[in-house]
Amino acid sequence: MSLHTPRRSPVLVTGAAAVLSLSLAACGTGSDTPAGEPETPDDPVELRMTVWTADETQLAQFQEIADAYVEANPELVSGVTFETVPFEDYTTSLTTQLAGGNAPDLGWILESYAPEFVSSGALVDLAPTLQATEEYAYDDLLDSSLALWGEDDALFAYPFSNSPFAVFVNTDQVAAAGAADPAELVASGEWTYDEARDVATAAAAESGGQGLVVRDFEYQVWENLSTVWEGWGAAPWSEDGTQCTFTDPEMVEALTWIHDATFVDGAMPGPGTTADFFAGDAAMTITQISRASSLDGSFAWDVVPLPAGPAGQQNVIGQAGIGVFANADTPQIAADFLAWFTNPENAETLAAYFPPPRESLLTSATLAAANPLLSEEQLQAVVVEGVQGAVTKPAHQNFARLQDTVRAELDALWTADADVEAVLGDVCGAIDPLLAD
Amino acid sequence: MVTSASAVAVAAAEQTGRRRRPRRSAATRRDWLVGYTMVAPQVLGALAFVVAPLVAVFWYSLHEWNVLANTFTFAGADNYERMLADPGLRDSLVASLWFSVGLVALNISLALVLAVLLNQKLPGTTTFRTFFFSPVVVSLVAWTIVWSFLLQADGGINGFLATVGIDGPNWLRGEATAMLSVIVVQVFKNVGLNMILFLAALQAVPVEIQEAARIDGASAWRRFRSMTLPLISPTILLVSILTIVGSLEVFAQIAVLTGGGPGNSTTVLVYYLYQQAFRFNDFGYASSISVLLFVIVLVLTLVQWQTRKRWVFHEV
Repeated sequence: MSLHTPRRSPVLVTGAAAVLSLSLAACGTGSDTPAGEPETPDDPVELRMTVWTADETQLAQFQEIADAYVEANPELVSGVTFETVPFEDYTTSLTTQLAGGNAPDLGWILESYAPEFVSSGALVDLAPTLQATEEYAYDDLLDSSLALWGEDDALFAYPFSNSPFAVFVNTDQVAAAGAADPAELVASGEWTYDEARDVATAAAAESGGQGLVVRDFEYQVWENLSTVWEGWGAAPWSEDGTQCTFTDPEMVEALTWIHDATFVDGAMPGPGTTADFFAGDAAMTITQISRASSLDGSFAWDVVPLPAGPAGQQNVIGQAGIGVFANADTPQIAADFLAWFTNPENAETLAAYFPPPRESLLTSATLAAANPLLSEEQLQAVVVEGVQGAVTKPAHQNFARLQDTVRAELDALWTADADVEAVLGDVCGAIDPLLAD
Repeated sequence: MVTSASAVAVAAAEQTGRRRRPRRSAATRRDWLVGYTMVAPQVLGALAFVVAPLVAVFWYSLHEWNVLANTFTFAGADNYERMLADPGLRDSLVASLWFSVGLVALNISLALVLAVLLNQKLPGTTTFRTFFFSPVVVSLVAWTIVWSFLLQADGGINGFLATVGIDGPNWLRGEATAMLSVIVVQVFKNVGLNMILFLAALQAVPVEIQEAARIDGASAWRRFRSMTLPLISPTILLVSILTIVGSLEVFAQIAVLTGGGPGNSTTVLVYYLYQQAFRFNDFGYASSISVLLFVIVLVLTLVQWQTRKRWVFHEV
């Protein structure tokens, strides 16, 4: 561990903020932060935002929006840098920067870690700045999208991406196997997980590849399985986050289904098997709609909503927020930039990749203009309707420890002869103390 | 040169009958200045990058420090008390023990065997030596990533085994095979370095002694056990210390190959420390684990050093 000065205590930070007359406090809930124009610094500042995308088109789009802000506010900002940190280590790298006293001004935050960041005091309240920004249309933001990122009337990160999970289908492989077409099953109201499993099994047997891949799960990122177990109405813990529900009948049934689909039916790849749908390795994949940009036209494809489980069809979205760090040098200016970056005009531009949390922009016509790969019908069925009433992936104030503990316990489930109920009992035994914290 | 100049000055003082003390003090001061100037960069570097971090980590270990919540409060011995009741820490110590025992036993024995083979005058030894040493200079992460592909259920190792009719296991998903895989990957990464150290020691064993023993009728095994091993025992001590200390610091291989799993079977002490600090943002507790690791390494090294007189030839 390197030697460095420990981070300032909340008391010291508050004192410094008062001395410097910063209107955005650096700790606590920040709800007492006055809104308004940022104070002009002696010299224009350089802002830095950490992101996990390395997509050059997306980065160029961000830079274009940022450059326009710099041009409009030369007395405030001399430049904005977007720093790519690989997704796998994103949150770890971000907290390392915070520990090293090198906090970025703004950063993307993954939804699973939202409660931890929101309650920590690491982020400033954006609501006063966003609400005070002209033509921002704060009321246009969907309450359901903001739920994870706020506390009372405060908003600690703007959920810039609300990407629904959907099922991408390699229709070439499905047709070759003579299996039912998922789009037709959707139309006839028969698109269920059991049907999806049968299609996947048939396609995998025919192609010699894989059937249905829950993308990025890879027997590590278990929270991605929520896209499946939501069809059973299952959840890992109670809504208030204090009770383990892995042993509830819904979860036992859902994970039994996944276990059997993997080890009995061969519909899903087993542990240690790598399969990339977009490289043609699998017949279907559950992933976010924003991954459509990975399709290169090498096979015919379609995209359909998540199947229905015994509890019905449940849409799931993956969210990403942008927060302003309390320990940044100029959080007020960073918040002002964020208000520009996410205003209605720029949100429409960003909708090409990141479905915005704005009701007025969540129309198939708007999204179609930004997503040439997808038809208006697909966007209506998967994105517009997919965001409505959707739930997010599991999140918790103690998520990092829970993620690791559940991953370790679930490892025992991923063998052919696993006792599902016993393993899930062990999961609850291991995470009960963490949930009680 | 400084010493010679001092001697001349002292002699001159004696000849002239003047008091020696002041002039010798001046020379001594000059020597002192030159000496400390020479070692200053090393001393300053050690103070800044070794001693200061050690002191800082100990200081941090006495605090509750959450970087996300921005809290840094004095906690006294709380973190150390927590270690005593932490089953995760206990499991990581057990995993570290298995890893160290496996690595040290495999690495040292294999390195010695390879060195003995390379010490024979046989064709192809240069190629053989290069083959085993080249992984030492390869990037650790690159090396481990390549192995992670080879060790997948449908990877190269099982592909090869299938050609000879063997249904290979899912190496990184079974608790025993995962630990074995990590050990083997690490052994092949570093065995070349130990091999070269042993080879240098073997080549320094006097030929005359070997010949005398041979004339006296000692068998090859007896010569190796009773003469060669004692003569290379200083190198065995060095290699043992380096390998044991290195085994306790393993991290990248675990992070890339298993992520500490399956279960927590490969969560060794340093990986556990990393989780506490960088995944759970609990820097105070992680610092106390760092102090524990430091004490373990220090004790092991001291024990090896103190027991050297019993088995290291030149120390007897």
